[in-house]
Amino acid sequence: MQGNEACALGAVAAGCRFFAFYPITPAGEIAEKMARVLPKARGVYIQMEDEIAAIGSIIGASWTGLKAMTATSGPGFSLMQENIGYAVMTEAPCVIVDVQRAGPSTGIVSAPMQGDVVQARHGSHGEYDIIALAPSSAQEMFDITIRAFNLAEEYRTPVIVLADETVAHMREEVVIPEEGSLTIINRKIPSSTEEASRGFLSPSVAPMPIFGMGFAAHVTGSSHDEYGKRQASAPEAIDKIVRTINEKIRPHTKEISTIEKVMLDDADIVVVAYGSCARTAEHVVKEARDRGVRVGLLRPIGLWPFPAEAMQEALKRARRVIVLENNLGQLFPEVERIVPESAETMFLPPQTLGTLPRPDYVLGHVMTEAS
Amino acid sequence: MSAQMAHPLSNYIRKGAQPHTHCSGCGNGIIAQSFLRTLHEIGIDRKKIVCVAGIGCSGWIPSPFFDVDTLHVTHGRPIAFATGVKLGKPDLEVVVFTGDGDASAIGGNHLIHAARRNIGVKVICVNNMIYGMTGGEVAPTTPRGIRTTTTPFGNLERPFDLSKLVIAAGGTYVARWTTYHVARLVASMKKALVRKGFAFVEVLSQCPVHYGRRIGISNPVEMMRWFQKQSVPVERAREMSEQELAGKFVVGEFVNIDAPELSQLYAELFETANRESN
Repeated sequence: MQGNEACALGAVAAGCRFFAFYPITPAGEIAEKMARVLPKARGVYIQMEDEIAAIGSIIGASWTGLKAMTATSGPGFSLMQENIGYAVMTEAPCVIVDVQRAGPSTGIVSAPMQGDVVQARHGSHGEYDIIALAPSSAQEMFDITIRAFNLAEEYRTPVIVLADETVAHMREEVVIPEEGSLTIINRKIPSSTEEASRGFLSPSVAPMPIFGMGFAAHVTGSSHDEYGKRQASAPEAIDKIVRTINEKIRPHTKEISTIEKVMLDDADIVVVAYGSCARTAEHVVKEARDRGVRVGLLRPIGLWPFPAEAMQEALKRARRVIVLENNLGQLFPEVERIVPESAETMFLPPQTLGTLPRPDYVLGHVMTEAS
Repeated sequence: MSAQMAHPLSNYIRKGAQPHTHCSGCGNGIIAQSFLRTLHEIGIDRKKIVCVAGIGCSGWIPSPFFDVDTLHVTHGRPIAFATGVKLGKPDLEVVVFTGDGDASAIGGNHLIHAARRNIGVKVICVNNMIYGMTGGEVAPTTPRGIRTTTTPFGNLERPFDLSKLVIAAGGTYVARWTTYHVARLVASMKKALVRKGFAFVEVLSQCPVHYGRRIGISNPVEMMRWFQKQSVPVERAREMSEQELAGKFVVGEFVNIDAPELSQLYAELFETANRESN
């Protein structure tokens, strides 16, 4: 199955019943699949007039209690940024799949690049925290999409699936578990008008006063208090918003942003890679192991919030850390700052950006570091 | 001491939301009252109302004052958000409050596509012919020649006729009134709310502070008299030449036709999709 198709099936399995889209490559197959499978689940697929409308409509649908998603690529992801901030501000759970392609601008529509990593973190204006997960296989396009919905529901926040062209278009085996065996999380809904009135800004995540229940919710992207009441001129209110959004997410970094460790226990050299690059890295690690090099792979699956503590722990034995990304170093500064002093860190992009890093090229660097 | 009498519509006002933020003489109060009177008279269940507000003074009509579910969104996008609300829960009555800049400049794309789709979202567009909230900048609806803070030598561009735009996009209910025509405005709002499909109710409204002052009519009552004097019913306008209509406001119900509403079409689609075997 193709990665994009697996993403669509994962969304439906997670309970997604509203999907809005504006056509863009390389995310198209997600929409094609959704258009076919969602109506059977009595879910809405709608093609909106642009990506701004696509994310606007999913936030609207989220406020009616539905699980909602949109999918796009770089140019569309740029257009969505303002409303991603709106979803953060109003604590509206939703999932945004960004199938990264080569940019800036229109770039190359079908070339892989990991150019939106920092944009996913800081793309909308203002200070906020966000969750972004990076799948590196078709299976993970399924699994991580479900997880993205679960995290969105649990933390009442937009979650970004930071895929890339390679994992989106590759075909490989995908195991779809029995429906009952999946862990599915649904947002908390207030059980009384009293509870609904404090519908915002709790570090432990306020139950969401969704529409049509008689809660008379007041939802605004302007600065507001825990009752949703606009506080448009008090700096204390915006201070509380920023800190609460942070408190809601960051203390849970370990649960949210998981990491994968491959042959790390005795590794002197550690390659850090995520998304499609991690596939090259894993292949190289195994080849280098065959040649007797003590090398391992550390793969952050959650990129944001950055799993600093877990990665630091995983790197404490390392002597050399090679950060492999298909960009000019977007996650690298985050990795560099947590690498223990006993290790040296280097950044390694592919020879040609917009292509997957070649295994022989990466292996060459690993062997040089080993010698 | 006499007991204070409550306004008959006061139970539609969110507790603690007062005082309001509109300037003295603003037309928004008239539009707010017209809408609440509409709700009251058609006796709609308040739990079923969702007001979606854009950015601009018009957004502050429902947000936070109306005691219903209210979604105050980003600039230009209320119709896009409203589309998700309506399709998410089709039994809700979704009403958008937007301004001329919100609906036709930054959000013009969403307006024409909602009209084309005939989604059951009801748009109340407050057209004050200026950007009031940000300081009186020229709008896509400002007539030619008007001096605004950003057209100090006079506006070079031709203004949009918003109702015509929505008619061209396929709007199935389109009406325009002014804040002077309260009874007719309420009648159009009622029709908009009880119908299934898309509706666009444009209200020309006075902004004495940022528009009236610019055209030499800073008194709000005078502005409303000006609306009265310059308004021409659409039936009469059809008989008039372009020269005769210069500077006039054509008011009335322009379009009122039936067409399948989008969320109902989805309900049918769900049945069809589930009958197909693939």
